[in-house]
Amino acid sequence: MASNDSERADDRIPAAIKILIAGGFGAGKTTLVGAVSEIAPLSTEEVMTEASMGVDDLSGVEAKTTTTVALDFGRISINDDLVLYLFGTPGQERFWFMWEELALGALGAVVLADTRRLETCFPSVDFFERRGVPFVVAVNCFEGAHHYTEGEVREALSLADRVPVLLCDARRRESDKAVLLALVRHVAESMATPV
Amino acid sequence: MSEQHDLGLDSDATGPLVRPYVMTQGRQRGDAVQLDMISVVIAARAEVDEMALEPEQVRILQLCRRAQSVAEVSAHLDVPVAVVKVLLGDLIGRGYVLARAPYTTQSPVSRDILQAVLDGIQRL
Ligand SMILES: Nc1nc2c(ncn2[C@@H]2O[C@H](COP(=O)(O)OP(=O)(O)OP(=O)(O)O)[C@@H](O)[C@H]2O)c(=O)[nH]1
Ligand SMILES: [Mg+2]
Repeated sequence: MASNDSERADDRIPAAIKILIAGGFGAGKTTLVGAVSEIAPLSTEEVMTEASMGVDDLSGVEAKTTTTVALDFGRISINDDLVLYLFGTPGQERFWFMWEELALGALGAVVLADTRRLETCFPSVDFFERRGVPFVVAVNCFEGAHHYTEGEVREALSLADRVPVLLCDARRRESDKAVLLALVRHVAESMATPV
Repeated sequence: MSEQHDLGLDSDATGPLVRPYVMTQGRQRGDAVQLDMISVVIAARAEVDEMALEPEQVRILQLCRRAQSVAEVSAHLDVPVAVVKVLLGDLIGRGYVLARAPYTTQSPVSRDILQAVLDGIQRL
């Protein structure tokens, strides 16, 4: 009886999968999430306590404190059995410990590069490269800012040839869709040819 | 359909015939349930003895009439994820809520899942 109950419940519960949207402060992460999400982007607080901060890169000082990090996220229902969440990762460096938990189990990541200050996405690129999380770089083209070519961005970020680079406008859903599709295709390729 | 079930998070948790992401009717206390930020939760039954619950837990049960992630519950209640996990863990332990662990790339995501994600994004 109990197992019947759980099987019926299982039919009603979709499983979730997540994609991270990373990039420097103000790069357009929340804008991208909002443009593709079926719900208005939500914000949740993660309180990091001593116990949950047992990850690397932490100095002993920080480990004794409690830190609150706000996370934006949106939702895309894929089908009855699958729901995709997009998480904007906290941009500031002091929240890097948060990335460890966020990156765990992520399908992949979009690194949003800000054309006004390309260098602000270096830490994100480093992070995903080191963790082996598949990612694409999406260059959010702000008006009035210098327009880079894909090649210039690739060179500036020292990206491996296999990492896709796209130009985008984070405010436009079609543009963001193209970015997400490129990421999922890249994930599929990464699985076919392990690095 | 059924091969997706192998992609549950807790691959090392239980015997081969127990689908680990369905945590139900368990004896485990809240802290024994490993909830992720994107574990999806849903209310397990319609009738609830509200007197036996914290006010926040009653609100969680109302929210959970529709399946949603722990992160969504947290955002809607304006309660930190860590706190929501404890409240939900208790509800799961008492059989009020069912949870499903997320897909994770620790166990490789199947082609079918990737294709479904592609199709879903394309439909937007
Ligand atoms: N012109 C232009 N403005 C944009 C674009 N994307 C975002 N913006 C604007 O840039 C500002 C910052 O965008 P957000 O989406 O909040 O950036 P964020 O990365 O979430 O910022 P933090 O979370 O604070 O790090 C907002 O005022 C947006 O409206 C774009 O493609 N073009
Ligand atoms: Mg933001």
